[in-house]
Amino acid sequence: MSDFDWLFFIEVLVGGLLSGVMYSLVAIGFVLIYKTSGVLNFAQGAMLLFAALTFVSLTERGVPFALAFAITFAIMVVIGIAIERTVLRPLTNKPPITLFMATLGLSYVIEGAAQLIWGTQVHGLDLGIEDLPFDVGGVFISQFDIFAAVVAAGMVAALSAFFRYTRIGLGFRAVADDQFAALAIGLRLPWIWATVWAAAGLVALVAGLLWGARVGVQFSLSLIVLKALPVLVLGGFDSILGAIVGGLLIGATEKLAEVYIGEYFGGGIEGWFAYVVALAFLLVRPSGLFGQKLVERV
Amino acid sequence: MSVLTADLPVSRSLPGWAGTAALLAVAYVAVPIFGTSYLFEAILLPFLALSLAGLGLNILTGYAGQVSLGSAAFMAVGAFAAFNFNLRVESLPLIASIALAGFAAAAIGLVFGLPSLRLKGFYLAVSTLAAQFFVQWALTKFSWFSNDSASGVIDAPPLSIAGVAFEGPVGRYLFSLTVVTVLTFLAYRLVISQTGRNFIAVRDNETAARIIGVPVLKTKLLAFAISSFIIGVAGVLWAFAYLRTVEPAGFNLDRSFQILFIVIIGGLASIRGAFFGAALIVVFPLVLSRLGSFLLGDIFDSGVLDMSQRIVLGTLIILFLILEPDGLVALWDRVRKRIGTGLRRS
Repeated sequence: MSDFDWLFFIEVLVGGLLSGVMYSLVAIGFVLIYKTSGVLNFAQGAMLLFAALTFVSLTERGVPFALAFAITFAIMVVIGIAIERTVLRPLTNKPPITLFMATLGLSYVIEGAAQLIWGTQVHGLDLGIEDLPFDVGGVFISQFDIFAAVVAAGMVAALSAFFRYTRIGLGFRAVADDQFAALAIGLRLPWIWATVWAAAGLVALVAGLLWGARVGVQFSLSLIVLKALPVLVLGGFDSILGAIVGGLLIGATEKLAEVYIGEYFGGGIEGWFAYVVALAFLLVRPSGLFGQKLVERV
Repeated sequence: MSVLTADLPVSRSLPGWAGTAALLAVAYVAVPIFGTSYLFEAILLPFLALSLAGLGLNILTGYAGQVSLGSAAFMAVGAFAAFNFNLRVESLPLIASIALAGFAAAAIGLVFGLPSLRLKGFYLAVSTLAAQFFVQWALTKFSWFSNDSASGVIDAPPLSIAGVAFEGPVGRYLFSLTVVTVLTFLAYRLVISQTGRNFIAVRDNETAARIIGVPVLKTKLLAFAISSFIIGVAGVLWAFAYLRTVEPAGFNLDRSFQILFIVIIGGLASIRGAFFGAALIVVFPLVLSRLGSFLLGDIFDSGVLDMSQRIVLGTLIILFLILEPDGLVALWDRVRKRIGTGLRRS
């Protein structure tokens, strides 16, 4: 390996880390809901699709960017409240796995509705950020990736501060700990859940726009969930920090593996490689990087 | 996790031998005589294959409490293994290829069941997705599995056992029916045996199960192996008896979810549940499309149909989880009981 191309290695690594940020962005939406309701919300990907599709369809009809964003966010809030009313409330205090299956059903409903309303064709999305690579000491970095990373970092900072320093955030954490106890001390569970789902809707909207600008707004957006799941497994379902670090790790290893060892497998390994990394890691540390120690004992 | 269907009674899985015998008589005699080829091709063949897959998943998820999102992968393993055994081993009887395919699926299931020794709940569910993606990738990538055919498509060999050929829709139906009947009977015996009780013990409370001497790790792996065996054979039926031509893409994540939905809608931890669930999942899209074209005419195109199917299916899942967590089986039993008391009163 005397002629190992370090510059190329770094370029791949940085590209991987930046695409990892995009995974993290999706994963944060999961973490939000998992933290407060103990549910792995499989419908996050469907929400992402719905948000992106709604936004694109609005802008294509001549609605200005800011207004379209506001309208889409409002719709996501309404959806969040509707989900709380129709799905979560009747299933309060049911086992988490029941709720998970409910979100599976929910993802079908939202995906179907999104495409029934807005059609199934692929939409282009232009956020006005040029995807031009620029040169940092010989390493080419995509401008768009940097932008995505900054947005993700901003969201993480805002969410972490919200959870740590505000009263509502404290309430969210109380609900996450024990639903019954939180109810007993007078926290309004329906209100908190609706808020969290609306926040997850906002995350879905932002992630949907970034991913949509990247790959086009179409059905496959909802499959991005599957990319985010190994990130969650690696980082722990309940840690925002874990989602970030997990995303970076997965993004980097996935790209490096694809470039350096992919050829031995005949390529196309990115579909499952992240899962293998996450699984191998979990066999050593079952609670993930930053997950709570006791996963589930009895 | 441990409370998953904890309050479910272990249902009387087969309603007495008389009812079963009557059902089998209808299935073996009346249906082949009166059934049309549409009935076999569009309803009964997929119904039988999916029922068997649901049964397999129910052993793992309903009885042993381990959620799997990778069922379609094991179906694919079964289908492609049977294809290869049949192709590459000279004069191997078809029934042996099918059994070997089941064992191949069981072996793969064992490997992907290993994480269950350390992981629970969501972490396990997500890790079973690894099976889904890996198997689909391997089958598409390595053309050896499909005997170098384009895009991994395999064609089913003619179905014949000991010189008796099962040809045409009716023949393939009888073939599937026999396989399903035998495996259902074995599964029924399994869940009322010591092993079946161990599954339930592990599901309900792992620590307690360990205290009373249930080998928890062995039991979990056994559940994965048995479940994958049954799902693998279901995959063979799906490929050989129903579709006759399959590609790896046919065993995608949606199929895995479909099988999970069958189990939820039908009823967890119930042998009959898989059949109820599969019946609904198979018949419901047909009814919806008929209804759609009848009510709305031509504006109801296939895209709209596909989307509304997703919406209705998703709604159905949520409704079942809220209103009838024990599935169609519980509903059926209640209806039957009510009719029974009604008859006695009159």
